[in-house]
Amino acid sequence: MQADLNVILPEIILSLFAMATLLAAVYTTKDKAAGLITWATSAVFVLLGVWIMATSGDEDVTAFHGMFIDDGFARFAKVVILFSAAAVLVMGQEYMARRGILKFEYPVLVTLAVVGMMMMVSAGDLIALYMGLELQSLALYVVASLRRDSVKSTEAGLKYFVLGALSSGLLLYGASLIYGFSGTTLFSGIIGAAGEGHIPIGLLLGLVFMLSGLAFKVSAVPFHMWTPDVYEGAPTPITAFFATAPKVAAMGLFARVVHDAFGGVVGDWQQVLAFLSVLSMFLGAIAAIGQTNIKRLMAYSSIAHMGYALMGLASGTELGVQAMLIYMAIYVTMNIGTFAFILSMERDGAPVVDIASLNMYAKQQPGRAFAMLILMFSLAGVPPLVGFFGKLYVLRAAYDGGLAWLAVAGVVASVIGAFYYLRIVFYMYFGSEGATLETGRSPVLWTLLMASAAIMVLGMVNLFGIEAAAASAAMTLVQ
Amino acid sequence: MSNLLSITCFIPAVAALILGIFLRGEDEAAQRNAKWVALIATSLTFLVSLFILTGFDPADTGFQFVEERDWLLGLKYKMGVDGISVLFVLLTTFIMPLVIAASWDVDKRVKEYMIAFLVLETLMLGVFMALDLVLFYLFFEAGLIPMFLIIGIWGGANRIYASFKFFLYTFLGSVLMLVAMVVMAAQAGTSDIPTLMTFEFGSETFSVLGIQVVGGLQTLLFLAFFASFAVKMPMWPVHTWLPDAHVQAPTAGSVVLAAILLKMGGYGFLRFSLPMFPVGSEVMGPLVFWMSAIAIVYTSLVALVQEDMKKLIAYSSVAHMGYVTMGIFAANQQGIDGAIFQMLSHGFISGALFLCVGVIYDRMHTREIDAYGGLVNRMPAYAMLFMLFTMANVGLPGTSGFIGEFLTLMGIFQVNTIIAAIATLGVIFSAAYALWLYRRVVMGDLIKESLKTITDMTRREKAIFAPLVVMTILLGVYPSLVTDIIGPSTEALVSHYDTATAEFNGSTDVAASH
Repeated sequence: MQADLNVILPEIILSLFAMATLLAAVYTTKDKAAGLITWATSAVFVLLGVWIMATSGDEDVTAFHGMFIDDGFARFAKVVILFSAAAVLVMGQEYMARRGILKFEYPVLVTLAVVGMMMMVSAGDLIALYMGLELQSLALYVVASLRRDSVKSTEAGLKYFVLGALSSGLLLYGASLIYGFSGTTLFSGIIGAAGEGHIPIGLLLGLVFMLSGLAFKVSAVPFHMWTPDVYEGAPTPITAFFATAPKVAAMGLFARVVHDAFGGVVGDWQQVLAFLSVLSMFLGAIAAIGQTNIKRLMAYSSIAHMGYALMGLASGTELGVQAMLIYMAIYVTMNIGTFAFILSMERDGAPVVDIASLNMYAKQQPGRAFAMLILMFSLAGVPPLVGFFGKLYVLRAAYDGGLAWLAVAGVVASVIGAFYYLRIVFYMYFGSEGATLETGRSPVLWTLLMASAAIMVLGMVNLFGIEAAAASAAMTLVQ
Repeated sequence: MSNLLSITCFIPAVAALILGIFLRGEDEAAQRNAKWVALIATSLTFLVSLFILTGFDPADTGFQFVEERDWLLGLKYKMGVDGISVLFVLLTTFIMPLVIAASWDVDKRVKEYMIAFLVLETLMLGVFMALDLVLFYLFFEAGLIPMFLIIGIWGGANRIYASFKFFLYTFLGSVLMLVAMVVMAAQAGTSDIPTLMTFEFGSETFSVLGIQVVGGLQTLLFLAFFASFAVKMPMWPVHTWLPDAHVQAPTAGSVVLAAILLKMGGYGFLRFSLPMFPVGSEVMGPLVFWMSAIAIVYTSLVALVQEDMKKLIAYSSVAHMGYVTMGIFAANQQGIDGAIFQMLSHGFISGALFLCVGVIYDRMHTREIDAYGGLVNRMPAYAMLFMLFTMANVGLPGTSGFIGEFLTLMGIFQVNTIIAAIATLGVIFSAAYALWLYRRVVMGDLIKESLKTITDMTRREKAIFAPLVVMTILLGVYPSLVTDIIGPSTEALVSHYDTATAEFNGSTDVAASH
């Protein structure tokens, strides 16, 4: 028991931290300390992330009879989740404070969501999986409608909740089928029941239901419909959160299920993933073209990027998991920078989300515009920026996994996708003179934007050593 | 010096960085500083690149000045030059100072302009030096970013459309190449270009979706690379981005585009298509010949009816690139020598022609041919220079244009006489459109009111043209300067190609006799 608790120590610490801050805030200052709590939470995330990184050995530990797995893969995903959540928290703090929506519940809910995500990527059992997923989702439903007096925000929260509940239902139904046909909820048991080659039809049905539920969470087409509306309706800092950490967690869970529970029957889920991937890439690329709201545009952009990450996963190989992890880490970094920029867009103190308002932005703020330019080209996957390497990894993984057609589809979609990223550059650099855009003087946003852009450029030297880390993480997942 | 290539390649990038970080302000002094930094950096690059030329041993057909370092994904940072690439490096470093000097009158966002060109130079040099597939792709593609900005920010009236078209066209071509590169690296287990050049990719015929692919994998890889290089080249029918990009780009952008960027396609064919997929090249050769022949005749005719000077020269570039592709895929010594020669000479001539247009555009702000006439009366020096480059464009003996056209025609004649005959028509057409352009712009009486006060070229403008005049005539009368350097390397390439295709033809003959 003692050993088991040691394994989940980071989760325990975070949960206790969330409860302690909740109690402290309720009984003392309420929202006045919200800013402080946000910074403190963010600091705790970073410390935990560093701690997980520093203590991560090569050993795989399981706890609670295999329900909780602490391996290289889980640690890699947790570090990415913690760091990105920390960045997003500090990023939105000033924005929310100025608009009076910085409530102390926000950092607390985010902490609980993060605990859920850490559970997800460590899940070794269907029940543990569901627990993590629901803890995360419930916290997210609430933060989506944090702005209670805004129709759009409450609509976003409700939409997210209803569709999220539907997807949870699908997932649970699939899980019950899998349990029924394999007699166990443990992944290590299911993989034995599934065997090699092809699985019984009942298990297959359960698997497809589960994959559909998970596809909701990563917003893969055709389960993406909630994404643009929720992204648009939620307050921007929360959109930034949706676009980063939960995506990593959901992709991590995806990889867990398909490899830990169904690793022997790659052929059975490969086509499903390839199908989700190709649809996401194309829909994300095409639907974004007509968007004028930058938040909706980023929603479609994230759908397309999930398609690429799924392409890595669809290959069903160790290289594929490595590619997916690298892709997600790069994706999260780019999105943090981009949302730091979006958060700083305002006019007369009110946030602006129309991309036409970026007209001639490069003239007013050459430094920020250039950083944004780098991020846009990186998102489009143009070399030599780091975003290109993410694509290169998944393409190579797809080819190695025998999915050459998917690789070709992916590059074609990336050309279509390049168009709308270029459109943002076009407004910033070539647009006609128009109303000017103010960009707050927030040093935090500036730092995050510049750091993210700098990573996109400097990363071409060696990707900051993430390659080896992702490789060893992938090795622990794929046996 | 063991890292001479890296130094050459990254001097402009370092200068760009210095400009980006240290230069502040938009005033006169800052603008002047930006121009001088750019000019000094590009000149310095040229001087350093001369060491490459002097240290280069033409007799050695392998790669020289090789540098190698480990990089991501098992890739390598590997640079080197051989007889085929060394002159392209020199062409780039030679043209860039002239381009900067020609942009002296730019007054809109000068700092950014100079940074864009400096970064572009680094990327172009990298393309010609890279000896790793992905490194090559990196440089090849990254060039799109500065070029997109150059056209989009400093271009003409319709620049937005042109910049998007340029970017998306070339991007689509090259991502297919990226997939092919992934396939190659997986097949051969390495992304090292010299190793891949000797690796034999599968050439057994197989069928995809019921279609028989003669030459198998090699043909598919060839087509993927072809998609990229043909767009870059540009070949008919995917050339339509070029006139738009040229017309809308600022003068310096057009010069870089015509003189250097277009050469990347041809260089790519020589570096990848011929040595790595000889069978694919052999199988698809006839297609390339016909596309080249159509390009030469069709675009020459299109050039005849243009009313915009830049567009006319752009179409003439497409026609001249037709000779290059034809020569390359003739795959014999004359053809390839001629193709390389034609690319170098076209670099000087088309660059000079775009500068010629720039000279009068700066004065009159129009490129309409109808807006001019009788310039010889007020601009004798200009008329003289324009005459020389018009003649060189036509391919008059004594200019470098003649050597390139003659050698490629000779090369293709040995392979396919019909194509050679059609291509020769292009020589006549080129005389027609070039001389007609010259007559309409320069000859006749000066009757247009607006032209009455036009002034002849300034000393700076003349100084820019001087090196180009020297090169055009020097290469025209003494072509061995080039062929001595490229000869041994092309010879090795041709013999490698012949061995590989002979094997393939032998095996298909055997299969056919069964």
